[in-house]
Amino acid sequence: MTLWEVFVRPRRGLSHVHAGSLHAEDAQLALRHARDLYTRRQEGVSIWVVPAGEITASSPDEKDAFFDPAGDKPYRHPTFYELPEGVRHL
Amino acid sequence: MSTMFQDVIDADERIEPRDEMPEAYRKTLIRQIAQHAHSEIIGMQPEGSWITRAPSLKRKAILLAKVQDEAGHGLYLYSAAETLGVDRAELLDALHEGRQRYSSIFNYPTPTWADMGAIGWLVDGAAIVNQVPLCRCSYGPYARAMVRICKEESFHQRQGYELLHTLSHGTPAQKAMAQDAVDRWYWPSLMMFGPPDGESTHSAQSMAWKIKRHSNDELRQRFIDMLVPQAEILGLTLPDPGLRWNEERGHYDHGEIDWSEFKRVLAGDGPLNAQRMAHRRKAHEDGAWVREAAAAYAERERS
Repeated sequence: MTLWEVFVRPRRGLSHVHAGSLHAEDAQLALRHARDLYTRRQEGVSIWVVPAGEITASSPDEKDAFFDPAGDKPYRHPTFYELPEGVRHL
Repeated sequence: MSTMFQDVIDADERIEPRDEMPEAYRKTLIRQIAQHAHSEIIGMQPEGSWITRAPSLKRKAILLAKVQDEAGHGLYLYSAAETLGVDRAELLDALHEGRQRYSSIFNYPTPTWADMGAIGWLVDGAAIVNQVPLCRCSYGPYARAMVRICKEESFHQRQGYELLHTLSHGTPAQKAMAQDAVDRWYWPSLMMFGPPDGESTHSAQSMAWKIKRHSNDELRQRFIDMLVPQAEILGLTLPDPGLRWNEERGHYDHGEIDWSEFKRVLAGDGPLNAQRMAHRRKAHEDGAWVREAAAAYAERERS
């Protein structure tokens, strides 16, 4: 049986968020099982199911190297900049 | 092994599925999560037998929802276990062949309707006390599954308490039925926290790995302290003449737990061990045609 990863949109205006996984033979059954398993209390208004094998993930081994380039660029954040006194709406 | 694992544990952060981890950590988690999942699945049986006999449509709908939740909890947990590199089918085989355990509490019978109340109040109550700290367990997928489970267990406990409260304020016969159920479930529910701290085999390492956050005796005491005032409001008594408030400790003292009973039931000699396992195997075998039909349908759609 295929392993499916389940993503649920809790309500309109929010993104789908990973909820967990389940086993199903095909996508339609996966959706129905996902409804029964992850939205018994109206936790969602939309569900995505994705075969787990189709997901490409970054490797935890290269965690540091992979994300390092963003580490030394504090100027990407507004708090990096000092404003002269009295400036408003900026 | 890099120091990353220990650094994450020390920083009180979470280990995630593809991180490096000691083999013993992985094995401990698989054993614990699988046992937990099996308990949810076997735990459907004592209550499932009352669905057709519930005294009202409302109670029947509640019980159905609760048993369905238990199936769901089992599946959340199998899903968490699978992130550690085992397959659900292997875990089910291990259960069916008796190589993995489930909680001993489900080997006790449910002869009366009041048992549905006592299970909710005492068994689910004990489970919640055990499980709330697991929401902060060091393994991410297990912790996340526990957050969902704890939210849902709270309904299980309350419906049980309300059921018992209704019975204990009903006819004398109903009240007696409620008291009898509490008398039978009280001690086994205390045993759910596991052996006393001195005799617990897995505790120290699990604490060091932050899988476990509190000792068995600590959680058991927390549970007893909550139960006593709740029992008073129910108008029912707890079957322990040794229960009394200890001003100095700030806790209730309690009588001796009969650990020989715990060991006997754990070893397979409880009232219903054989029946629970036989029913589980049969349910699995009886479901084979559904799995086969789904596979055949998917195969046909693909071609």
